[in-house]
Amino acid sequence: MDKTQGKVHSIISNLVLVKVEGAVSQNEICFIALGQERLMAEVIKVVGDMAYVQVFESTRGLKPGMGVEFEQHMLEATLGPGLLSKNFDGLQNDLDKMSGVFLKRGEYTHPLETDKKWRFTPLAEPGMRVRAADWLGNVKENWLDHKIMVPFKWWGEYVVEWVAPEGEYTILDTVARLKDEGGKAYEVTMVQKWPVKMPIRAYVDKPRPFRQMETGVRVIDTMNPMLEGGTGFIPGPFGTGKTVLQHALARFADADVIIMAACGERANEVVEIFTEFPELQDPRTGRSLYERTTIIANTSNMPVAAREASVYTAMTIGEYYRAMGMKVLLLADSTSRWAQALREMSNRMEELPGQDAFPMDLSAIISNFYARAGMVYLNNGKTGSVTFIGTVSPAGGNLKEPVTESTKKVARCFYALSQARADSKRYPAIDTLESYSKYLEYPEFVRYAKEHISEDWIEAVNEARNRLVRGRETAEQIDILGDDGVPLDYHVVFWKSELIDFVILQQDAFDAVDGSTSMKRQQYMLKKVLDVARADFEFESFEEVNPYFKRIINGFKQMNYAEFESEPFRRHEAEVEQIINERKR
Amino acid sequence: MSTAFQKVYTKITQITKATCSLKAQGVGNDELALVDGRLAQVVKIWGEDVTLQVFSGTEGIPTNAEVTFLGKAPTLKVGEDLCGRFFNAFGEPIDGGPAIDGEEREIGGPSVNPVRRKQPSELIATGIAGIDLNNTLVSGQKIPFFADPDQPYNQVMANVALRAQTDRIILGGMGLTNDDYLYFKNLFDDAGVSDRIVSFVNTTEAPPVERLLVPDMALTAAEYFAVDRNEKVLVLLTDMTLYADALSIVSNRMDQIPSKDSMPGSLYSDLAKIYEKAVQFPTGGSITIIAVTTLSGGDITHAIPDNTGYITEGQLFLRKDAEIGKVIVDPFRSLSRLKQLVIGKRTRKDHAQVMNAAIRLYADAANARTKLENGFELTDYDRRTLEFAKDYSNELLAIDVNMDVEQMLNTAWTLFGRYFNRSELGIKEEIVNEFGKNIQ
Repeated sequence: MDKTQGKVHSIISNLVLVKVEGAVSQNEICFIALGQERLMAEVIKVVGDMAYVQVFESTRGLKPGMGVEFEQHMLEATLGPGLLSKNFDGLQNDLDKMSGVFLKRGEYTHPLETDKKWRFTPLAEPGMRVRAADWLGNVKENWLDHKIMVPFKWWGEYVVEWVAPEGEYTILDTVARLKDEGGKAYEVTMVQKWPVKMPIRAYVDKPRPFRQMETGVRVIDTMNPMLEGGTGFIPGPFGTGKTVLQHALARFADADVIIMAACGERANEVVEIFTEFPELQDPRTGRSLYERTTIIANTSNMPVAAREASVYTAMTIGEYYRAMGMKVLLLADSTSRWAQALREMSNRMEELPGQDAFPMDLSAIISNFYARAGMVYLNNGKTGSVTFIGTVSPAGGNLKEPVTESTKKVARCFYALSQARADSKRYPAIDTLESYSKYLEYPEFVRYAKEHISEDWIEAVNEARNRLVRGRETAEQIDILGDDGVPLDYHVVFWKSELIDFVILQQDAFDAVDGSTSMKRQQYMLKKVLDVARADFEFESFEEVNPYFKRIINGFKQMNYAEFESEPFRRHEAEVEQIINERKR
Repeated sequence: MSTAFQKVYTKITQITKATCSLKAQGVGNDELALVDGRLAQVVKIWGEDVTLQVFSGTEGIPTNAEVTFLGKAPTLKVGEDLCGRFFNAFGEPIDGGPAIDGEEREIGGPSVNPVRRKQPSELIATGIAGIDLNNTLVSGQKIPFFADPDQPYNQVMANVALRAQTDRIILGGMGLTNDDYLYFKNLFDDAGVSDRIVSFVNTTEAPPVERLLVPDMALTAAEYFAVDRNEKVLVLLTDMTLYADALSIVSNRMDQIPSKDSMPGSLYSDLAKIYEKAVQFPTGGSITIIAVTTLSGGDITHAIPDNTGYITEGQLFLRKDAEIGKVIVDPFRSLSRLKQLVIGKRTRKDHAQVMNAAIRLYADAANARTKLENGFELTDYDRRTLEFAKDYSNELLAIDVNMDVEQMLNTAWTLFGRYFNRSELGIKEEIVNEFGKNIQ
């Protein structure tokens, strides 16, 4: 079938109306010819013979009458070995392959290496019955087992006719041949395509999450745990440390694959990842962090329409690795920029606006997207997961704005960054009492915690939380009544909550040791701190309380800075014991 | 410029305060045109109907005015000759000097490929401790002053410009009062640095829509010096609030649905396009942007400062400290996001810990002050923090401070030793042992 042709009719910034001669479909990709340059665009509305397309590039110089060709497919991600350690733009162009310092309009590059050879090991045998996403073979991508699968687009059952023997192949070589029920043969290569806006559903079941996803960040792991396949979001005014927190998660989270979508954010933040991740070691494997990371960079100065595409491209790559049985952590910074891109376009199309001029279906778009995360049972009974954590940049720091509200409805964990904590340099500035993890109430997780962390873990976490609540209440009382206007006991309650705040909640993301804490160590430290909180101390006057607890906090902080169970750790631990015994009743 | 083949249109179909429309063929998006001799730019093409934004306003334009299209987007002629000169928003000299003879470049050009950027790593010292100690600036950074209109932001910015070790300074003035324009001009002349400086100025006397060109003009010049000549360029943009106001005027005239605070829905992207021009190039050149965003009554939740804050790498707040009667750089609300790239790396290793400890103690002092104001008795620690805060404000935070980072750190240690003991500082043991030996 010949491709449908069209001609540019109208131009309003990056919204272009195309008069088409033939059939077009919603979300179809087209290219506009501007001299030698071909500008990629996506159909977002059709009225009669007029297609409204959003152009993923600057439309400077575009004129009515210029030719347009429709590609007969939606925006697709290219999936195959070699996606890791790559830096893509929102349309999955390999940024490293682009020529020149400045991005050239209309330059599109292949996301993978077509000439690189991969060591392929067959996993399937002739005669086996397979369906979409079943594993046919394995290649080593860095240190990960990258599965070559039956393409997701193939419906129904197939019989394996032939699988390539172990050897070196490029992604375009045929590595398997399958036959459908009618006896027609199909060839499988290592690469397949998938439309980014459609979820990949080639799995058996999607249960509720129950396993913890360790992040190394205490205020998350201990107080508001994230689970494998869970969803969470981090709203916060600017300057409260959203990005630092996301980078910490990307470094230390216990995931096989990390996908970072820098969506409409600062370019220098992406550069930080490019520069630092190759140098950083994955604490679990000892390999460079970059080997498990893929970056989708569509920074704020890159074309707005591609921002929306960037989060979908990232999710599709995440789902692809999930189908191989991997734990994927997907981070998107920030989903608000994506919502703003939707708003700009809706505005140009003169749609009736919803709240704050956002499109009416914003809430539905966000919840559909979050629903793509999750842990799944694959066809072979193994599990894979996509854990999704998005940041939200609420306008004016107001959490009642549409993007935050819509996200709150769907995400199970809420990590509220507080301006007050950021101002007093209490980082990470997550306000524990405002934040929540619904997973703490999941019986599946309670069972998991008893078995894998400690018998009384959930109780300990709740106790810490209650002490923080009481600490905040007494602090308010002290503020109202004055230091000497409250019973001495109030000061002790307050400082016990400060102890939890300083030792457990606060963490130095830039310190080599304190930056990431293992669950074992978190369990140990929480117990230590709660032991102090439960103890009875003797004080003559309230003026003794503050300096005394500062000494304890200082001791514990030195412990946090020392390697777990090392000599300095033990030494500071002994010091803390000594200070405690001075006044313990 | 050849005009021989240019078609002249003489039938304008619609005129608003900032735009006019006519029927025309073969016109490109973003293209420049002359309407009755005034410069205009294509902002919308709807079939044959072309809408033009007239920069200097549409007052007095008749429906039969001559319209010619120039076949190009706005451009700037770049070259060595730019130095020491003052230009208007169109890149035309306003200092009485000759026109620039140089290569013509389109303004608002493409973005740098993020993988071709280098991580900023060079400290820009200003001598002001409120900046260098607490909010260190780095080349390739973009950072605004958030200031109320009565604060001396232009003076502080000018000081920063003069002290910073950069090769070139580009001033983009939007809605500058004539007085402020002359202030900058005289200051640069007197300091004998005007040959390092290029200025693009739109004063309050010129029509507001013209200012929309100023940042792109300034940054095109900056890119010429940073890319072609590998220079370290500092771009000063004042005042970006007036730029954003001009954006809202245009979007309003084009019947766009306004979002928060009557700003266009694309405000974030519009501002990001400007600020993201800040970059460290791998070849050594860099563009650093220091801007001013004026606030109304200190409100940072307004759409302009709010969107700016999400784009820029931090923000600097000025505040009058009544206690010492000087303007200080507010340590709580100011932030330089790139500071950790140089703190402790290009500066002494105790920098981070000293900075954090001092700010924490300053915060304790603020709490103590609240207690005092509410009539409560202060503890001994409270009183010491208050004393510390006063010295800290006076000797470090005030904008009249001018010293190098090492001196700032030493001053901080002296203040720590004067008022506090080790456990109150909460600084890593080995650091105190090395730099604060005499602290108990």
